[in-house]
Amino acid sequence: MPLQVADTLAPDTPDKEYLWTLNFGPQHPATHTTLRLVLTLDGEKVVNAVPHIGYLHSGFEKLGEHLDFNQYVTIVDRMNYLSPLANEIAWHHAVEKLLGIELTPRCKYIRTIFSELLRIQDHLLNVGTSALDLGAFTAFLYCFTQREKIYDIIELASGQRFHSSYTRVGGVMFDVNDLWVRKVRDFIDGLPKTHDEVHRLLTRNRIFIDRIKGVGVLTKEDAINFSVSGPVARASGVVRDIRKDEPYLCYKDFDFKVICSQNGDCYARYLVRMGEIIESLKIIQQALENIPTGPINVDVDSRVVLPAKPAVYRSIEGLIQHFEVIMPNRGYSAPKDEVYAAVEAPNGELGFYLVSDGTNRAYRARTRPPSFIHFSVFPHMIKGHMLSDVVAVLGSLNIIAAELDR
Amino acid sequence: MAVGLPENVFLTKLDVAANWVRSNSLWPMPFATACCGIELMATASSRFDLARFGAEVMRFSPRQCDLLIVAGRVVMKMLPVLQRIWLQMPEPKWCISMGACACSGGVFDTYAVVQGIDRFIPVDLYVPGCPPRPEQLIAGIIELQDRIKKTGTLDGREFVTRTAATGPQPLELDEIRRLREATPVAGLEIFSTPDIKT
Amino acid sequence: MIEESTLKQQFGDGIWISEFRDNRRVVVSAEQVHHLLAHLKNQLGFDFLVDITAVDYLEYENSTDRFGVVYCLLNMQTGERLVVKTFVNDPNPSLPTVYSLWRGSDWMEREVYDMFGITFTGHPDLRRILSPDEFSSYPLRKDYPLKGRGERHNFPVITRAES
Repeated sequence: MPLQVADTLAPDTPDKEYLWTLNFGPQHPATHTTLRLVLTLDGEKVVNAVPHIGYLHSGFEKLGEHLDFNQYVTIVDRMNYLSPLANEIAWHHAVEKLLGIELTPRCKYIRTIFSELLRIQDHLLNVGTSALDLGAFTAFLYCFTQREKIYDIIELASGQRFHSSYTRVGGVMFDVNDLWVRKVRDFIDGLPKTHDEVHRLLTRNRIFIDRIKGVGVLTKEDAINFSVSGPVARASGVVRDIRKDEPYLCYKDFDFKVICSQNGDCYARYLVRMGEIIESLKIIQQALENIPTGPINVDVDSRVVLPAKPAVYRSIEGLIQHFEVIMPNRGYSAPKDEVYAAVEAPNGELGFYLVSDGTNRAYRARTRPPSFIHFSVFPHMIKGHMLSDVVAVLGSLNIIAAELDR
Repeated sequence: MAVGLPENVFLTKLDVAANWVRSNSLWPMPFATACCGIELMATASSRFDLARFGAEVMRFSPRQCDLLIVAGRVVMKMLPVLQRIWLQMPEPKWCISMGACACSGGVFDTYAVVQGIDRFIPVDLYVPGCPPRPEQLIAGIIELQDRIKKTGTLDGREFVTRTAATGPQPLELDEIRRLREATPVAGLEIFSTPDIKT
Repeated sequence: MIEESTLKQQFGDGIWISEFRDNRRVVVSAEQVHHLLAHLKNQLGFDFLVDITAVDYLEYENSTDRFGVVYCLLNMQTGERLVVKTFVNDPNPSLPTVYSLWRGSDWMEREVYDMFGITFTGHPDLRRILSPDEFSSYPLRKDYPLKGRGERHNFPVITRAES
């Protein structure tokens, strides 16, 4: 790809001959996935960085206009693939808001437990890989061992370990059983030990601290002005968490803290993520103790959920209703309106702007992707730092290319 | 009385010896673009431990590698990069297409996603799944090792005969029809409508 | 809470507020949108720009305008959300940029330009962001087919013998 004039020199850069241009990505180990940076360097100092994205743009939003509300969940899964189920919960949260469905208590608890498990999964991978990029391999292996346990829990509930497509409009695909509850208990008993080990490996590690402390500082004013959300914003002192401020699912039942920091550097972001893992554990613990019994889907008369299998096989009403939901031109009818709904995904505010034209598929399914917005701040954060800090800042922002490009 | 070889000497062909070495020390180049990349990382980490099969030395420089693992969907902006990386790898080299998206486009039948990388670069082995489980990828690598042992040659002669593109032809009948209906894009060379022979 | 009457005093009768679920929406004309957004940010405390997006109403029933552009705002102090919406039309859909108000709008506006072809006058760097630079269509418009116009097939083929 030829470089463009706009890449090499920014308007505010003095035209000096000794500045040189370095292409970083799109295939580079520290970019994790596919993003490209064109860096203007003064020796080792980054004078300017121009991100180029779209190397994984695969038309998610266009597909959302062609698939119905339940089918699109398989696509949403592949958006932030570190925490697939969190995306599903966000998508169906938006759809249920549009259709005006109130979930059953048991479904709310199951979804809450899953969204917290997936938050742990996301943060574990982020902590592990950002340490890996800075040369610490052991923490990555410890984190991945715990991630595998979460995969097992997801597999037990949904049958797929990675892209589970577990949620449905008005409920979830399958109920969970006692074995699942036992597995989650085992996991939350075992995680603190790994968390502690990672803490001991990294938190006071001189090399790790020297690489990330004071690097990539984002002030509170800038965080708000740049629309940053989630752990990145909280590390800059923005006290905002949708779980607390606009409680959805059943977060208002639980006692947990919002982890914040004042410093706004990479180290603060690392600490916020580590703190959030512990808070998520607390939520899961409380939810597991109080998980109510009852149906997982909303009432079948609301005509948005599939009827139970015995009803389909043994009664004509059940069979008709099954077809009503499945058939492409029937389905449920949505109000002809538009809605914006957001949840606190592991990476930040993951919102969907849904436009419905009254059918069972979205007329427009816009995603508000946190990675996209966080990456747009990157040139601002990296200016004046060293070339080696690029990797540290990229790792701490947790950019997921599929969510970035969609 | 026939003169036997000493016990620590055995005779073999150079091809076979080279293949034995190559197949047991594959150096993968992870071209991880999307979800499958995470499963590739899981395969390399402790639970599944790809090192057991001698293929754990992931190198991100194509010059050092002999196995390209394309994990994840490849879109039209990324394909020139993939082709360039493939051309930069030294012979002998192999390519694994990991996951449904790399094999056929998967669920992403949209304007931007390349419908299978085998249309544009040669692929030796397909690992299906969305994403494939780590066990599946390991099975694929073992299968590839087996194939290298059986068919490989020292100087890569087996590749010379493969002059045709391995993948499906990109213009199926319905695609031709759709292209005729679509309005052509004017003024652009690389994205202009291709000539269609009837 | 934003009242319709106070906004009407300032911006005339072309503005109206509607509500659906917990979303409050303000619809305003394209000429006034920048003025309104500046007023919302500076006087009423909506200091967080959540999202900018657009909708192509080409196939929407009973629609009179081609594109709707949506600004989702958030008041960080009170947690109140507001959706500001405006309409633009062919042949030259264009809006003033809000880059001077929120720097986070930079990439969001570029994405809307890339996907819908709506230009933002005054934007410092309005280039395509997700599609290749040579791309000539606007993929999220309703008249662009899902499977594209053959762009994904136009690449040179590398065979085994020549690589």
